Amino acid sequence: MTLTPPATAEAAAARVEPAAVDTIEGRSPWQLAFVRLRHDRVAVGSSAVICLIVLLAVLAPVVAHLLGHGPNQQFRTTGLSAEGIPVGPGSTFLFGTDDLGRDVLVRVLYGARISLLVGVVASGLAVVLGVIIGLAAGYFSGAVDTVLSRFMDVVLSLPYLIFAIALVSLLGPSLMVSVAVIAFFSWASVGRIVRGQVLSIKEKEFVEAARSVGAGHLRIMFVDILPNVLAPTIVYATMLIPLSIVFESTLSFLGIGVLPPTATWGNMLSESIAYYRVAWWFVAFPGLALLITTMAFNLLGDCVRDAFDPRGNRLFVAVED
Amino acid sequence: MTRQVAGEPASQVVAEPLLQLTDVVKHFPLRSSGMLAGKREYLRAVDGVSLEVRRGETLGLVGETGCGKSTLARCITRLYELTSGTVSFGSADISRLSARRLRPYRRKMQMVFQDPYGSLNPRRRVGSIIADPFAANGLAKGAERKRKVQELMELVGLNPEHYNRFPAEFSGGQRQRIGLARALALRPEVVVCDEPVSALDVSIQAQIINLLAELQDKLGLTYIFIAHDLSVVRHASDRIAVMYLGRIVEIADTEDLFTRPRHPYTKALLSAAPTPDPDLVNDAERIVLTGEVPSPVRPPSGCRFHPRCPRAQSRCHVEDPVLESKNIDEGDRAVACHFPLADGESMMPELKEPS
Amino acid sequence: MLRFLVRRILFGAVVLWLVATAVFAMYFIAPHDVARTLAGRQASAETVAAIRHNLGLDRPLLVQYGSFLWKALHGNLGYSYTNSQPVTTLIGQGLPVTASLVAGGAILWLVIGVSTGVLASTHPRSVMDRSATAFSLFFYSMPTFLLGEVLLLVLFFRLHLSGIDWFPGAGYVALTENPMEWARHLLLPWLTIALVTAATYVRLTRGSMLDVLGEDYIRTARAKGLSRRRVIYRHGLRAALTPVVTQFGIDVGTLLGGAIVTENVFGLPGLGELVMTALSKQDLPTIIGLVLLASAFVVVANLVVDILYSVLDARVRLS
Repeated sequence: MTLTPPATAEAAAARVEPAAVDTIEGRSPWQLAFVRLRHDRVAVGSSAVICLIVLLAVLAPVVAHLLGHGPNQQFRTTGLSAEGIPVGPGSTFLFGTDDLGRDVLVRVLYGARISLLVGVVASGLAVVLGVIIGLAAGYFSGAVDTVLSRFMDVVLSLPYLIFAIALVSLLGPSLMVSVAVIAFFSWASVGRIVRGQVLSIKEKEFVEAARSVGAGHLRIMFVDILPNVLAPTIVYATMLIPLSIVFESTLSFLGIGVLPPTATWGNMLSESIAYYRVAWWFVAFPGLALLITTMAFNLLGDCVRDAFDPRGNRLFVAVED
Repeated sequence: MTRQVAGEPASQVVAEPLLQLTDVVKHFPLRSSGMLAGKREYLRAVDGVSLEVRRGETLGLVGETGCGKSTLARCITRLYELTSGTVSFGSADISRLSARRLRPYRRKMQMVFQDPYGSLNPRRRVGSIIADPFAANGLAKGAERKRKVQELMELVGLNPEHYNRFPAEFSGGQRQRIGLARALALRPEVVVCDEPVSALDVSIQAQIINLLAELQDKLGLTYIFIAHDLSVVRHASDRIAVMYLGRIVEIADTEDLFTRPRHPYTKALLSAAPTPDPDLVNDAERIVLTGEVPSPVRPPSGCRFHPRCPRAQSRCHVEDPVLESKNIDEGDRAVACHFPLADGESMMPELKEPS
Repeated sequence: MLRFLVRRILFGAVVLWLVATAVFAMYFIAPHDVARTLAGRQASAETVAAIRHNLGLDRPLLVQYGSFLWKALHGNLGYSYTNSQPVTTLIGQGLPVTASLVAGGAILWLVIGVSTGVLASTHPRSVMDRSATAFSLFFYSMPTFLLGEVLLLVLFFRLHLSGIDWFPGAGYVALTENPMEWARHLLLPWLTIALVTAATYVRLTRGSMLDVLGEDYIRTARAKGLSRRRVIYRHGLRAALTPVVTQFGIDVGTLLGGAIVTENVFGLPGLGELVMTALSKQDLPTIIGLVLLASAFVVVANLVVDILYSVLDARVRLS
């Protein structure tokens, strides 16, 4: 081995070392994932469906105004038959009416607002909590980790629905309580994932490098480690939204979520259970809305996962692109 | 020879000790095994190291994988807390300083890491990685920071226009340049290089070593250069310390160490390394060490090298040799061996046990 | 191994203690008057005072806490004033229903989920695989109560209209009374709980099978000349089943504490219905008792999973 070539020539050679690339700006892993998502037909399709649902939810008051049917307005004469039976889909009531003669279409649209709101807010809260606690547990090992991890284990091993019931029996049902309950029973799984990731990432030399240049704990946690655990977190968050939506609708269905007369899909389906023999539309439309929404989010979550980790197995889509 | 100072005795470069390590010990507690584990066991990664680093020199630190050299590097830069012993920077003992009081010293002592992949955060742009020392210490904001980062990139031979790229877009050698730029950002006095080239191709190794030498002249840096490859340290170092199982077994000027090794372990290492100059290989004596490297959890009694040493006598089993100057030497070197090799002595002497 | 088990048991005990404490705190430190709530709205002042004394609510908090824990430890979950029965009696009535529901459902979802998952993973990208994943997506996205309603609407009501009365719409017949009717009444609830839960098992089995079948040792086994069938079932499935076992234990444990939604939809008088009724009547002792019981089931299920897991894992390592 000879080390003799003059240093300057070597340095000059090194400057040419990178293959001549025309773009100076590097593509971040986020951009790469986004590009992959954009080329994924399933992802584009499910995002389109989600956008449509969001749009309809936002426009619910406009639709209500155009139809002249408020979400809680009861049409006892036009909306109910002489025997008090709900009216089926027709030109006045596109999706038919419910047991109180209310417009099912308008209520389904208003229900979307609650579902999306609770789904996104509760998942967001759960992710923020889970990330902070998971980061702290993984980064400060030792006693902090033991306490936080055991706490996560406890939360994860609670039978959550019955606990939710117990909590609601104490606090009374409301939108806020629903969001809090859902977030409380969801953050621990995020925390566990984040903690696991942090445990492996904090052993990397770049964390030592950050310490050696004088970075403090907070800076290392949030500037150096967090960006490296964000991908699995985002994937999990996408998958958490449909779970939260199902959770919310279940609480509403059981009468311990958002209370009637507020239109939620869970409430509508709960009310419809006494009427499925005479009014299939009363079950079908809120049910379809709920199912389409959760399916779209689950599909999107699967695609997001795939975009960040193209080597993994897809859960729901057996097709390669 | 690439180094300007090569040939001169290192003791004449500058004699002032910049860093002083006194009996540095780092033990890692092991998970106790079994329900009723009696006493806790420790991995004795660094087990009593004393040495000094002089201003402006390059001190090589060599040893096999697992001998504790990287741990020692992290003890010096206070990435690890010492179990005992002291590290002094100039006249200040920095081994027990709180994180806040340590800050000014952190700036004077920086580190270049072994793994060009692991040591750069893959999710951050190169510019932001190199600017990390500024950001972490609240120095040089905004445009000034960017200018400084680009100066640093230029200094280490990177194209400053690649400021916004991600580490993944660079080769291993370029990544080490990025790591070096980050280490130099705060204008440190000492740079601890933990096997900075061992992960690189041989041709790239030369570039990085030459760059290090160039920067040392330009910036008046002091290096601690860690490697397991003797040929690499030879070209980079003024003095070399050889480590074995958490201890320093021999320390000497580079040329002295290569031409007249005193410790049998040094000799074995030298004979195992491929040499560019066949003249230096004396009568093709290749010493193959027998046995495994003993576990640093339960190091051997007496001299730690004795189970593998062809010269070991019964004294070596019981008495731990001290790192000291032997009377066969004049000048500045020390060896921890009861039966050091004389000049040109072969490894298997008919030594009689002194009764 | 023993040490591991002891640790898990201790952890389970701590979880139960925490749950008990949380419940105690929730209900006894909460600002409302427990005695009045328990007594019901129409109760006289004397009744309230009697209940307060009976419950020991006039004693210091710590004493109350101690006696609460002590009673719970001995299986005394208190007295339901609204039902004029001990909570354990109520639980004794509901548990067989819930257990029947969960047992049958569990067998079904395990069979459906694992076999579909195995078929999908052994024929990747085939029509079979696509239908399996579509099935999984559909039922994974489906809330239990919605599926229950749909099954009622289609399998009960539509068939009923066309004169086929295979599936009753609601009700429960005890196994000891008439096994045929027991099964007939539980068919729709079983199907509901099984389809929704099986979706997860399809994903889990398919995913871990695909992972395992890609492993080196499986390829080695194939290369050694073992038949495909043998490799898949002897080697692949065994390794792939570990996550399934974990999930199964947790699901069964959680549902035993009350398959609340399914019982609600089909009007089954199990523990889930019990808690819903207790909720509407503000029957606190019953709610507390059920929360403790449900947590105990989950803790025990986790323990069983841990034991099974270590056994399975040892086998995998040995073979």
